[in-house]
Amino acid sequence: MVAIEQLTSRRPALVWHKEATLEAADLVIIPGGFSFGDYLRCGALAGRSPIMNALLDHAARGGAVLGICNGFQILTEMAMVPGVLIRNAGLKFTCRNVDLQVCETVASPFSSGLAIQKKLRIPVAHNEGNYFAEPNELEKLNSEGQIIFRYVNGDSFGLPNPNGAADNIAGVLSKNGRVLGMMPHPERAMLNLHGGTDGAHFLLKSLEALLS
Amino acid sequence: MQVIVNISLKEGVLDPQGRAISHSLNDLGFNEVINVKVGKQILLEIDENDPARLRQRVARMCETLLSNTVIEDYWIEIPDEQ
Repeated sequence: MVAIEQLTSRRPALVWHKEATLEAADLVIIPGGFSFGDYLRCGALAGRSPIMNALLDHAARGGAVLGICNGFQILTEMAMVPGVLIRNAGLKFTCRNVDLQVCETVASPFSSGLAIQKKLRIPVAHNEGNYFAEPNELEKLNSEGQIIFRYVNGDSFGLPNPNGAADNIAGVLSKNGRVLGMMPHPERAMLNLHGGTDGAHFLLKSLEALLS
Repeated sequence: MQVIVNISLKEGVLDPQGRAISHSLNDLGFNEVINVKVGKQILLEIDENDPARLRQRVARMCETLLSNTVIEDYWIEIPDEQ
């Protein structure tokens, strides 16, 4: 919320999960956290919250949705983006910077302002970020341009892929490019004080595309 | 009636927890352990006495919430079913 306010000088509306309606919005963001204590499966219970029918309606109207970290897990549980996020291959909660590469995608407000192949340094902080999809599903995601970010080699400390994700996938789009789920936290890379501003760059470009 | 829902990861889905347990069992000398899969069991008490309808309702519960069919299989047991 602070990140979006910093970029737009406007205060985003905060919607509680028990609410049943969403006002018209340019973008709905489902932030990270550990909704419902990750009980049953991470994101499973939040994905069935009362507000989620309104979110599905918003997406069906072509509304944009960004799910970050637990938000990504929730989107996969709702089948708004394909795949599932399972336990990190290293069995550890991972909290550090990773290097991402922007991939060529289907037309999407989340990628339209980013140069293909551009590298972004954004932190991850998760226990279940290990992206899984069936091999034929992965192939389809590739050919349909639904993979937007992959973990790549860079200057960040540690292995490029922090969680064992299939095909180094860090973020995926819905078929129509309007819904994005990503494990890294762009809102935590907004200032030089945070160790970089690549998150701000990504969010700003997305907002510009959505508001233009 | 009581219903037992068993949930396990599908064949081919990485089970890091099972692998860690398998390694520990091997380290403890249980060398005969080849593979470990960790699943979960959910016990439901349900106000319904017709086993067919019960099974159908619980299957719906599994499909909509209790399991994620992308990575998990489920099977339903009704102990009191004749």
